[in-house]
Amino acid sequence: MTSTQFDALLPYTLLATASLVVILLIAFRRSHTVIQVVGFMLMCMVIAALLKVRSILPVSVPPLFRIDGLALLFTALIVFCVLIIGLFSFIYFEEREENPKEYYILLFLSTLGATILTISVHFISFFIGLELLSVSLYALVAYLRTRNNAVEAGMKYLVLAALSSAFLLFGMALIYMDKGTMDLTAIVPSGSILFVMGAGIMVVAIGFKLALVPFHLWAADVYQGAPTPVTSFIATVSKIGVFAVLLRFAQSIHLQEHPEVSTIFVVLAVASMITGNLLALLQQNVKRLLAYSSIAHFGYLLVSFLTVGEAGMQASVFYLLAYSIALLAAFGVIILLSNRNKEAEDLADFRGLFWKRPLIAAVFTIALLSLAGIPLTAGFPAKFFVLASGVRQHLWLPVVVLVLTSIVGFYYYLRVIGVLFAEAPEVEEAKEGMLQPFFYGAIYATLVVLTVLSFWLGILPASTADGIRDFLLIR
Amino acid sequence: MILAVMIGVLLIGGVLCWLSAQWSAAAPKWIALVASLLGLGLSVYCWVHFSGPELRGPWFIDFRASWIPSFGIGFHLAMDGLSLVLLLLTFFLGVLAVLCSWKEIRERTGFFFFCLLWTLAGISGVFVAMDLFLFYFFWEVMLVPMYFLIALWGDTRRRYAAYKFFIFTQAGGLLMLLSILALYFIHGQRTGSYTFDYFSLLNTAVDPSASKWIVAGFLIAFAIKLPVVPLHNWLPDAHSEAPTAGSLILAGLLLKTGAYGIIRIVLPLFPGDSAAIAHWAIPLGVAGIVYGALLAFAQTDLKRLIAYTSVSHMGFVLLGIFSFREIAMQGTVMQILTHGIGTGALFVMAGMLKERLHTRDLGLMGGLWTALPSMGGVFMLFTMASLGLPMLGNFIAEFLILLGTFLVSPVLTVLASGGLVLSALYSLRMMQKVFLGPVRGGTAVQDLSGREWLLLATLSVSIVALGLFPQPVINLVRPVVRLLVSN
Repeated sequence: MTSTQFDALLPYTLLATASLVVILLIAFRRSHTVIQVVGFMLMCMVIAALLKVRSILPVSVPPLFRIDGLALLFTALIVFCVLIIGLFSFIYFEEREENPKEYYILLFLSTLGATILTISVHFISFFIGLELLSVSLYALVAYLRTRNNAVEAGMKYLVLAALSSAFLLFGMALIYMDKGTMDLTAIVPSGSILFVMGAGIMVVAIGFKLALVPFHLWAADVYQGAPTPVTSFIATVSKIGVFAVLLRFAQSIHLQEHPEVSTIFVVLAVASMITGNLLALLQQNVKRLLAYSSIAHFGYLLVSFLTVGEAGMQASVFYLLAYSIALLAAFGVIILLSNRNKEAEDLADFRGLFWKRPLIAAVFTIALLSLAGIPLTAGFPAKFFVLASGVRQHLWLPVVVLVLTSIVGFYYYLRVIGVLFAEAPEVEEAKEGMLQPFFYGAIYATLVVLTVLSFWLGILPASTADGIRDFLLIR
Repeated sequence: MILAVMIGVLLIGGVLCWLSAQWSAAAPKWIALVASLLGLGLSVYCWVHFSGPELRGPWFIDFRASWIPSFGIGFHLAMDGLSLVLLLLTFFLGVLAVLCSWKEIRERTGFFFFCLLWTLAGISGVFVAMDLFLFYFFWEVMLVPMYFLIALWGDTRRRYAAYKFFIFTQAGGLLMLLSILALYFIHGQRTGSYTFDYFSLLNTAVDPSASKWIVAGFLIAFAIKLPVVPLHNWLPDAHSEAPTAGSLILAGLLLKTGAYGIIRIVLPLFPGDSAAIAHWAIPLGVAGIVYGALLAFAQTDLKRLIAYTSVSHMGFVLLGIFSFREIAMQGTVMQILTHGIGTGALFVMAGMLKERLHTRDLGLMGGLWTALPSMGGVFMLFTMASLGLPMLGNFIAEFLILLGTFLVSPVLTVLASGGLVLSALYSLRMMQKVFLGPVRGGTAVQDLSGREWLLLATLSVSIVALGLFPQPVINLVRPVVRLLVSN
C-alpha cells in the first residue's frame, strides 16, 4: 500500500479509531458527556480529513476500494448525518439513563460500515461493509430492551436482515460462478441464467436495505420500535450507504444500456411510490408515517437513479441531501418532545404545538413541507432535479407516477401540519427540569441550522448543485 | 428592479408581521397595511409613468438576474400592460383585504397577516415572472399560506375545504411542472441552449404529438384555478369556508392567475393548439356560465351563492380568451378586473353580515334594509353590477366579450347571453332574501362603521369608474392584446 492510498483512506481509518477510542474511554471514565464530546470531535476530525483528502483523489486501493468524488460526497453526507444524530442521542439517552455508553461504539461501527459501502468496488468489501452496518444495527434497534416494541423491532430486523444478507451472499456466489470475478466494475451483464438469478437475488437484498416495496414490511415496525436516534440513523445513514453502492454499480455497468435491468427498478420505484404514499395516509403514529414516507422517497430517488448519467447522479445526491436534512429535523423535533416515559410519536402529542412551542413547530412544519417538495424549502429543487432528469430520459411512467403519488403525499403531510396548527388542548403540562441546558441549546441550534440549510438549498440551490457536480467529476 | 422591490416589500412585511406579533397585537395590522399600501403606491407609480400616449413597445420593465445558471433558470421579471393591470388589482384588493380583516381576525394576528402578505407576494410574482421555473415557483408560493388562511381562520368545515383547495391546485401545479420540463428539454434539444426563459421558449417548434400533451398539462393547471366547469369542485368549499380576506383574495386574485396563465402562456406558446382547443373551450365556457348561474340560484348559503356566481363569470373569461378577437380579449381583461372588484365587494359584505348575524344562511336573513340601509344600498349596487347593469364595469366586460364571440359562434353566444338572464335571477333572489322581505333574525345590528364605509366606498367608486371610463384600461392592454390576436 502506497502512502497516497494510505492518506486517501484516512477518514475511514479515523472512523475505525473512533469506536476504539470510545471503548477505551468507557474503560477509564464512564461519563456520557465526555464520550459525547469526544465523539463529536472525532466526527469533526473525519470531516476535516475528508476535506484534506479531496486534493489527492481519485485513488484506487485495489481490489477492494476506490475513493473518488462520489465516495467522498456520500461519506461526507453520512458523517454529517451521524454528527447530528450523535447530538440528538445525548439528550435522548441521558433522559432515559439506560447506560448509553456502549451505544456510541455501535453507532460509530455502523457508521464505519456505511462509509465502507461508499468506497467499495468489490463484493467482499461490499459485504463486509454491509455486515458491519447491519450487525451493529441489530443491537442498536433493540438497545432500549425494556421498551415494549424494542425487542419486537430488534427481532424483526435481525431475522429479515440476516435473511437478506444470506440472499446477498448467494447472489454474489452465483454471479461469481458465472463471471469469475467479484470486482463490481469488471462485471459485464449478460443474459445467462446464472447472472440473471444472481442479480435478481442481490436486488432483493438491496431492496430490503432500502425498504423498497415489496421488501418494505419491516420498515414501519422497526422505525416505531427503535429508539428515535436509531430510527433516524436507519432512515438516513444506512440507506445512503446502500444507495451509494447501487449507484456505483449502475454507473459501472451502464444501466441505461440494459433495459431489462432498468425495468426491474422501474417496477420497484413505481411500487414504492404508490405503496409508501398510500399506506402513509392511514398512519396515526408519526414515526410510522415517516417510515412510509421514506419508502416513497426512495421510490422517487430511484427515478433519478434510473437515469444514471451525470444529471441523474447529481439529482440523486441533491435529493439525498435535502431528504436527510428534512428527516433529521423531523426526528430531532420528535426527540426533543419525547420524555423519559413516552416517545412523542402519536399525532395527538403534536396537537396545537404551534401555539405552545412555535419554534419547534415551525421547524417541524418546514421539514414536512420540504419532504412534500414545496418551494422555498430544499425539497423543491430536489424534486425538481429528479423530475428533470426523469423527463430528460423520457421515463414517462415513473415520472407521471411520481407526480400523482406526491399529490397523495401532500395529504398526509398536510394532515400532520394541520394537527400542529390545531387548537391546543387545555391541559397544562408540568415543566420538566432540563438535564443539560447546554445540550438542549445545542439541539435547538442544530434544528435552526437544519432549517436555515433547508431554506438556503431551497432558494439558492445553484452553488450546491454545482459543487456536487464538481465532486462527481472526480473519477 | 421595482418589481423585485414590490414583491420583496410584501415578503419582508410578512415576516415583520409575524415577528412583531409577540410585542403588540395591533402592530401586525399596521405593518401589513403599510406594506400593501407601499406596493399599491409602487404600482400606481408604474401606471402613471407608463401610461403616457407614446408607448415604447409592449414591455415596460424588464429585470433579469441569474439564479440557477447551470439549469438555465433566471430571476427574470417583466411587466407589460396586462401585468400592470393585474398588479394594480392585486395591490388594491390586497389593501382592502388587510382592512376587512382589521376587526375580524382577533387571534394569531401576526401569523394571519404573514400568510396574507405572502399569498399576495406569490400572486404578484406570478403576474410578472417571465421565467417558467420562476412562474411555477411563485405559483406554489401562494398555495401554502392560502392553505393556512383557510385552514386556521375559516369556518366550521375549514379543514376539508383547505385540503380540497390545496390538493386540487397542487395536482394541477405538478402537471404544469411536467409540461414546463418537457418544453424545456424539447427546446434544449432543438436549439442546444437549455433555458426556462419565457422569451426564448416563445418560438419553440414542438411536434404536434408532443405539444398536445404539454398543452394539456398547462391547461389542466389553469383550468383548475380559473375554474372551468368540470374542475370547479374545490371552489365553492374554499370560498365559503375561507375568512373574508381569504374569500376576497381567492375570488379577486387567485382565479385570475388561471386566466392570466392561459393568456400569457398557452396562447403565445402554442398558437396552433390553442385554435384546436377553442372548439372545446368555448362550449365549456358557455356551460360554466349557465351551470354556475343555475347552481347559484339554488344555494341557501350566501357565500356559496357568491362562489357559484364566480364560476359563472369565469365562464365569460374562458369564452373571451378563446374567441381570439381583439374586442373579446379586451372584454376579458375588463371582466377580470370587474369581477375581482364586484365579487370581492360581495364577499366583503357577506363577511360583514356574518360578523353581525353570525350566519351565512339565507333562510335566517331578511328585511335587513331597515337595520342596515347603507350596506343595503351598496349591496344593491354590486348586485346590479353582477347582473350586468349598464354604467357598471361588468356590463362593459360582458358586452365586449359577447360582441367578440358573436363573430365566432353565434349560437353559443346566444346561449351565453341567456346566462345573463339567469344572472339577473340569482342576483335579484339574493337581494330579495337578504335585504328585502319580512324581517327575520336580529334587527339590532350596527350599520357600517367608518372603516367599512371607506372600504365599500372605494370599491363602489372603482366599479362605477370602470363602467364609465374603461378607456384607460383598454389603452393599457391594447399592445398586448394586439400581439396576442395577431398570432
